Amino acid sequence: MSVLVFAESTNGKFKKSTLEAVSYGKQVATLLGTDCIALADGALEANELASLGKVGASKVVTVKHDNLAHFDAKAYSYVITEAANKTNSDVIIFSYNVSGKAVAPIVAAKLQAGLVAGAIALPDTSNGFVIKKGTHSGKAFAYYNIKTAKKVIGLTPNSFPLQTIDATASVETLDINIPAEQFSVTVKETVKTTGDILLTDAELVVSAGRGMKGPENWGMIEEMAKILGAATACSRPVADIHWRPHGEHVGQTGLTIRPNLYIAIGISGAIQHLAGVNQSKTIVVINTDKEAPFFKAADYGIIGDAFEVVPKLNEAFRKYKANSH
Amino acid sequence: MKILVCISKAPDTTTKISFVNNNTEFNNDKVTWIINPYDEWYALVRALELKEANGGTVTIISVGGTDYEAILRKAFAIGADDGVRIDANPTDAYFVANQIATYAKTQGYDLVLCGKETIDYNSSQVGGMIAALMDLPYISLATKLDVAGNEATVECEIEGGKEICSVKLPAVISCQKGMAEARIPNMKGIMAARTKPLQVLPAAASEVLTEIVKYELPAEKTGCKFISPDNVEELVRLLHEEAKVI
Ligand SMILES: Cc1cc2nc3c(=O)[nH]c(=O)nc-3n(C[C@H](O)[C@H](O)[C@H](O)COP(=O)(O)OP(=O)(O)OC[C@H]3O[C@@H](n4cnc5c(N)ncnc54)[C@H](O)[C@@H]3O)c2cc1C
Ligand SMILES: Nc1ncnc2c1ncn2[C@@H]1O[C@H](COP(=O)(O)O)[C@@H](O)[C@H]1O
Repeated sequence: MSVLVFAESTNGKFKKSTLEAVSYGKQVATLLGTDCIALADGALEANELASLGKVGASKVVTVKHDNLAHFDAKAYSYVITEAANKTNSDVIIFSYNVSGKAVAPIVAAKLQAGLVAGAIALPDTSNGFVIKKGTHSGKAFAYYNIKTAKKVIGLTPNSFPLQTIDATASVETLDINIPAEQFSVTVKETVKTTGDILLTDAELVVSAGRGMKGPENWGMIEEMAKILGAATACSRPVADIHWRPHGEHVGQTGLTIRPNLYIAIGISGAIQHLAGVNQSKTIVVINTDKEAPFFKAADYGIIGDAFEVVPKLNEAFRKYKANSH
Repeated sequence: MKILVCISKAPDTTTKISFVNNNTEFNNDKVTWIINPYDEWYALVRALELKEANGGTVTIISVGGTDYEAILRKAFAIGADDGVRIDANPTDAYFVANQIATYAKTQGYDLVLCGKETIDYNSSQVGGMIAALMDLPYISLATKLDVAGNEATVECEIEGGKEICSVKLPAVISCQKGMAEARIPNMKGIMAARTKPLQVLPAAASEVLTEIVKYELPAEKTGCKFISPDNVEELVRLLHEEAKVI
């Protein structure tokens, strides 16, 4: 019995959400008195693979196949299910990011394993195997008990702090034959739509809405993001009228994020917007209207004109950054 | 072309969420139920557009009790041709997916469409499970879908971007924003909805793999601390020292 974590990578590196999933997997393994194994792409460099030891993997098993370079939910779930069997793993963990949402349910159904889709805490094993997850678009939580011996957990990105140790993982190749019919999707094109910091991974997010008046005024928003090392986001209307790219749109119909800090500038705080951001740890709202609903969901607020406040705040952030090193 | 659209019901987005029975059950009192928005605006409407372009039928399916009939009639009013309700309480995703897969397996659908997620349980899991149980390809979080012959071209969300890919039919696809625009039922649709065939089937034997043991509401925000626009340094200090986020 061991815990297997699907360790996804892009451009030769593990994603932050992957590191979180491995770190979480290590703690689930400790709870169950077993080891945490990570499953990774065999095309990665040896030291990148071994680096998963730092977040708690005792072993990294790899699979290599030319066709795995492109994401295919069916083929990936085949590989992961096989790997789970070969490593005798009863708990399989994914980051519940875009690809996790595609693959984890398939793996769970194939193994007839109960899935908690969007876990935000470690399992409580005092009475069953109970895991907390967010429901009702951030307005509630539910505790799910997994009743099956095999279990699949999809961990919500940014919900679990990384714990690092000084260790390297051993690396082992797994021999898995992938039948040709498992590959079902032909990728024609991939398009990058966000900046350097992935919005769903970002710990700090600077977001703005219709209060900014026009796309030409986003310079100060981008500047704030740059000073802080934050990702940028926006409200839906702003994406709909093409002031900002769609990849930045957060809310009920856009991305759901839960950064440590969400700064909302010139956004009213409609319930559909809040649905995507209300799980952020700290929310700062800057708005001219003291009645803006967003202030009810905020931790810190400035009632003021973005065109005056933001440049001043940028100056203050810059000073803080200069002194903090 | 035969399309199956999975329809779930969800509390209207503006619903105030609360729980009863010692926080073990959702409080249905005063809740307005709607078709889960992703299922209605994107999966169902895109299915209808594909049917209008290519011919065929659009069947809707729900796993749920009699309380599902109103939303199924609304889906008929929007334009679905016929429907199936599997008469069971949909508490576990695997159970739901198993019901849908068991029914769909023998019907020869070219496409099975579902929504990105239900807006109450936010799980995004039923579609993938249906695909696994039917052994079909699965594309999740699709933003565009076109069909030519026995092949679908799909644009879908990937981390930090999008991907355009093709897949041989039959396939299961989960749908989100971008697919289509919402449609409002017209009088003709509403009249026609009354007589469209809705089959009610008993549930197939299936395991239930998970259960919700308890709900919880988030801790109330303690209130917003206001900082003067003339003292933005104070905000920076609070973010560093109090919130510890920078
Ligand atoms: C079904 C449905 C789904 C939706 N999904 C989403 C979603 O996913 N995401 C989303 O964001 N929205 C969504 N919406 C839209 C949502 O209801 C709001 O309309 C939208 O969030 C408003 O965007 P906004 O705050 O940028 O604009 P507005 O509501 O126009 O607010 C602008 C704000 O800026 C403030 N302001 C103006 N000038 C200044 C200034 N100089 N300085 C500072 N503040 C200023 C104003 O006081 C106001 O509060 C959805 C709506 C529906 C019906
Ligand atoms: N009870 C149900 N009956 C029919 N379809 C459902 C049901 N529950 C979920 N679905 C479908 O599966 C999608 C994803 O739901 P979920 O995995 O619960 O987030 C929904 O958008 C629906 O299309």
